[in-house]
Amino acid sequence: MKSTILKDFLSETGDLTRFTMSFFREAFRPRYEFSEFLKQCYVIGNKTLPLVGITGFIMGLVITIQSHPSLKAFGAESWLPSVVSVSLVREIIPVITALICAGKIGSSIGAELGSMKVTEQIDAMEVSGTNPFKYLVVTRVFAATLILPILVVLSDAISLYGAYLGINLKQVVSFDLFTNQIFEKLTFSDVLPSIIKSYFFGFCIGIIGCFKGFYTINGTQGVGRSANSAVVTATFVVFIIDLMAAQIADIFQIT
Amino acid sequence: MQKEENKIQAVIQINDLKKSFGTNEVLRNFNLQLNEGENIVVLGKSGSGKSVLIKCIIGLIKPDSGSIKVFGEEVTDLSHDNLDKMRVKVGFLFQSNALYDSMTVRENLEFPLRRHWVQKGKENVNDLIIEALKNVGLAETIDMMPSELSGGMRKRIALARTLILKPKIILYDEPTSGLDPITGKEISRLMLDIQKKYNTSSIIISHDMNCVKITANRIILLIDGTCYASGTYDELKKSSDSKIKQFFD
Repeated sequence: MKSTILKDFLSETGDLTRFTMSFFREAFRPRYEFSEFLKQCYVIGNKTLPLVGITGFIMGLVITIQSHPSLKAFGAESWLPSVVSVSLVREIIPVITALICAGKIGSSIGAELGSMKVTEQIDAMEVSGTNPFKYLVVTRVFAATLILPILVVLSDAISLYGAYLGINLKQVVSFDLFTNQIFEKLTFSDVLPSIIKSYFFGFCIGIIGCFKGFYTINGTQGVGRSANSAVVTATFVVFIIDLMAAQIADIFQIT
Repeated sequence: MQKEENKIQAVIQINDLKKSFGTNEVLRNFNLQLNEGENIVVLGKSGSGKSVLIKCIIGLIKPDSGSIKVFGEEVTDLSHDNLDKMRVKVGFLFQSNALYDSMTVRENLEFPLRRHWVQKGKENVNDLIIEALKNVGLAETIDMMPSELSGGMRKRIALARTLILKPKIILYDEPTSGLDPITGKEISRLMLDIQKKYNTSSIIISHDMNCVKITANRIILLIDGTCYASGTYDELKKSSDSKIKQFFD
């Protein structure tokens, strides 16, 4: 039983690695599906922005409200903007955004490609002289990779506004003072790692969604399974990448 | 001399084709010759390898061994680019229609022409789309989504998409499956009209005996992965062989 689970895991990892290698092989060879790439950027960004924005705002507000009593107890109330902003920008917002995207984008790509697979639309594409891997996979993975960091930056800004409102619930702090306090502590080495890891989050969400969808079997039941599996795997991988990013940042002392 | 004449006429030539999935041997030394202007119907039970056969011809499935020549070119040896060029000459109608859900009828028909935009010009492409839709009697559906169409209409649109590149050979995978007998007959007659109008050759996979009767010049019975019998509808119908009779009773 255990050996079967291990064998399945290794087999799946091997297939995913091969799929990723195919992505790199196909991605830089003409013909380029530029219009489909732009369409996917719009679809992914447009679909996810409202959810990511609202979540970012709530996270900024909640983290500020919850941190306030502890910092007040230590007499470090004035540190609130800088402490909250560093934790939001470095960790909370990139991970929360990636998790939302894993659910929203990963499942949508997995289900879309899965249903195309079971209804022979991918075969039809191949028969009509279009490379389905380029048209469906490369465009979606690139779009997810590019859009996720943009969503993270936007969500960072919205969450900081949420934090500003959170602080003003208990005390009066001007927007200028709030931003000054943020940028006193928030440095380039806080922002850069979070943006870099967001690219990896986006890439993994895209490639896992496409992989699960592209190899869907067992009809409509398989489509649901692919969508579900894409979300679970992508969520797991987001945490693994986050852990690795923290270790790498620590090794290079980007702290 | 006779042999040379056959060679010129054959648009598809299959020799000793073998394909297995694990231990399941689907095609065993299968042979077939499709001549220009001919409609061959491949009959067989479900899971007998009929769809596998035409997917091997179009290059969607790689056979284990054997030879498939389309217009004299060995399909299994073709590079990806040459396979694409060959596919312009060979249309494929999928059992599930395989219309792109997220695209309108116009976009569905435009899709196979994407690679030919520059040569054909945008206005010419529009004319081609309208012509293809008129051929199947559904010009008014051009801006509709596939989900808004009935099963028969979707089949016709899929046929229009197959025809848009004006292929010389059309491979039909159960073209009347899931349709009522009347619509099934309409589709079968449409296939015949198209064959006459464009002088295409076809391989048709079907269980529907109405479709077989209307479209077949020759029928091939695929049993146990090989060509068990071959002949016209009337010849096979008269056969006393129980394996053949079960399809016609």
